[in-house]
Amino acid sequence: MAKLENPEVSPRLAKNLRRNILERCIEFGLLCSGIFAIFITLAIIYVLVSEAIPFFQHVSLYDFLTDTVWTPNYSIKHYGIMALVSGTLTTTFIALLVAVPLGTITAIYLSEFATHKVRETIKPVLELLVGVPTVVFGYFALMLVTPLLQKIYPDLTTFNMLGPGIVMGIMIVPYIASVAEDAMRAVPMAMREGAYAMGATRFQTAIKVITPAAISGIIAAYILAISRAVGETMIVAIAAGQQPNFTFNPVESAATITAYIVSVALGDLEHGGIGYQSIFAAGLTLLLMTLMFNIIGHAVRKKFAERY
Amino acid sequence: MLFVRNLLRDIKLMVNDKKAEIKNNLTRIRSLITKHKRHDHIFAGVGMFIIISLTITLLVLFLDLVFDGYPRFNLDFLTNFPSRRATAAGILSAWVGSALVLIVTFFAAVPLGIAAGVYLEEYAKKNWFSDLIEINVTNLAGVPSIIYGLLALGLFVYGFGLGQTILTAGLTLALLMLPIVIVATREAIRAIPIHIREAAYAVGATKWQVSLHHVIQYSYGGILTGVIIGMARAIGETAPVITIGALTFIAFLPPSPVGLEPPFINFEWLEAGFTVLPIQMFNWISRPQMAFHVNAAATGAIIILLTLLMNGLAIKIRYNIRKKIKW
Repeated sequence: MAKLENPEVSPRLAKNLRRNILERCIEFGLLCSGIFAIFITLAIIYVLVSEAIPFFQHVSLYDFLTDTVWTPNYSIKHYGIMALVSGTLTTTFIALLVAVPLGTITAIYLSEFATHKVRETIKPVLELLVGVPTVVFGYFALMLVTPLLQKIYPDLTTFNMLGPGIVMGIMIVPYIASVAEDAMRAVPMAMREGAYAMGATRFQTAIKVITPAAISGIIAAYILAISRAVGETMIVAIAAGQQPNFTFNPVESAATITAYIVSVALGDLEHGGIGYQSIFAAGLTLLLMTLMFNIIGHAVRKKFAERY
Repeated sequence: MLFVRNLLRDIKLMVNDKKAEIKNNLTRIRSLITKHKRHDHIFAGVGMFIIISLTITLLVLFLDLVFDGYPRFNLDFLTNFPSRRATAAGILSAWVGSALVLIVTFFAAVPLGIAAGVYLEEYAKKNWFSDLIEINVTNLAGVPSIIYGLLALGLFVYGFGLGQTILTAGLTLALLMLPIVIVATREAIRAIPIHIREAAYAVGATKWQVSLHHVIQYSYGGILTGVIIGMARAIGETAPVITIGALTFIAFLPPSPVGLEPPFINFEWLEAGFTVLPIQMFNWISRPQMAFHVNAAATGAIIILLTLLMNGLAIKIRYNIRKKIKW
């Protein structure tokens, strides 16, 4: 047994103390990084709301929601957000029309039909498709898809909502496919085996057993798709025109909420002016829309969630 | 005699009837099975067709960009500033801007993201507070990127007075990348079995030593995958950078980050105006002249090549990890 020279301050305990303090400090530092995520959320809400409040002192909420003309840059100013919401909803709807069937079929195919090898080859390709920047998809919509559509429907203008909507749909397919596939693969094997034992084919199993069992995950995939489509910016800014237009007609040109924000940001932005404040009001609307879709999605998921 | 013969005949007829009925049923069932099998095959065909067309779409998109931009594929395009003449214009300021912005993004998002991931997996107790952080991370991943642009405009540009600089853009993209890094870190950490940690604790390591020397080391590949995917996304991200007011026409370079005289490294470039590749491309698409569309296509091809390479690398790394590591 070693004899301690100074029994009051053991060097070993002193070392431990230093070590413990360091540990606490590190833990605190890591905690701060975690809290940063909460901070970002609060900052988003704070910035959007604090810049939108002066806007709503200038424009009444009633006009904002019921007026159908959006002309903040003209001499006669109108602030009817519906002119932008209509563009957002129309492009989103077209995108979903393309993406939901394609994405769901792809998911079912990958989860229930594809062999292991095919799945392992295709999933990386889908991931690559997710990685393509949206500005490139915008180029694709303007230069390739719209001219192609004009051959079928000659009256189509250069800027329209149909082309960007379709391209947006193609962009979203991998998102739906990958989330929905994960949900279907999470269905226990026993359920499949049960169906096969009753003589069901793969298709019958997929449609009547797996899809209902995985429905909450599939709905989550759709909600994710809606959020992506509503918040998508560059495709519509490039190919749908940036002129606010209250219409649900896909062959007309229109601006979405996001395209409006971009078009204002591209011009000279006078800090504190009504134009500057209007993009925050538009952004707040966008955030509330995505939030609303997420809440609806959450409720629907809860309602349909199956336990097995 | 006659009676017996009739009876036999009746029985025979009945049996024949029954046989016919069975046969009939059998063919019905068989045709039903064939029909359902046919549905199987049709669906498999449709699924394969959709997937192949998606792949071809990606290929066509890329080849279209390459063919359209072909006249611009030379060194001058990389070393020239944008210009009013489409043929003389290049992407020098854009790719330098993109590279510098990404440096800021990397150094802001990666340490913070890994730290948050480690905290949530290794340190956080299961209570309402860690739930709150978790919900926040999930939600942040779903917030449209342009909202981050508005946040940066209100907070970084005007709130903190950073202006429309490389620093602002880098931090903005870091916010976007943060959830990706956090999620990747957590997934990688979760895959490490508990006995690795127990072994380290058993020889007297502290929690931080376990995290730094073991957990982070072994989850390195998974974290790297997330970082690369996040960076690839940051390269192509346009909307938030436009929103903070990045310029679209820049004919100068920011001050060089590396000098020839001491102290060799300076940080003036952080406060320089800038443009990035996707904004340059957007600017050229928006012009009516076809000649500029060629430039846009060439820029697009470069961006898509960069992102495909990075994503491909990430997928490869992940594949290698899956194959190599057996706990």
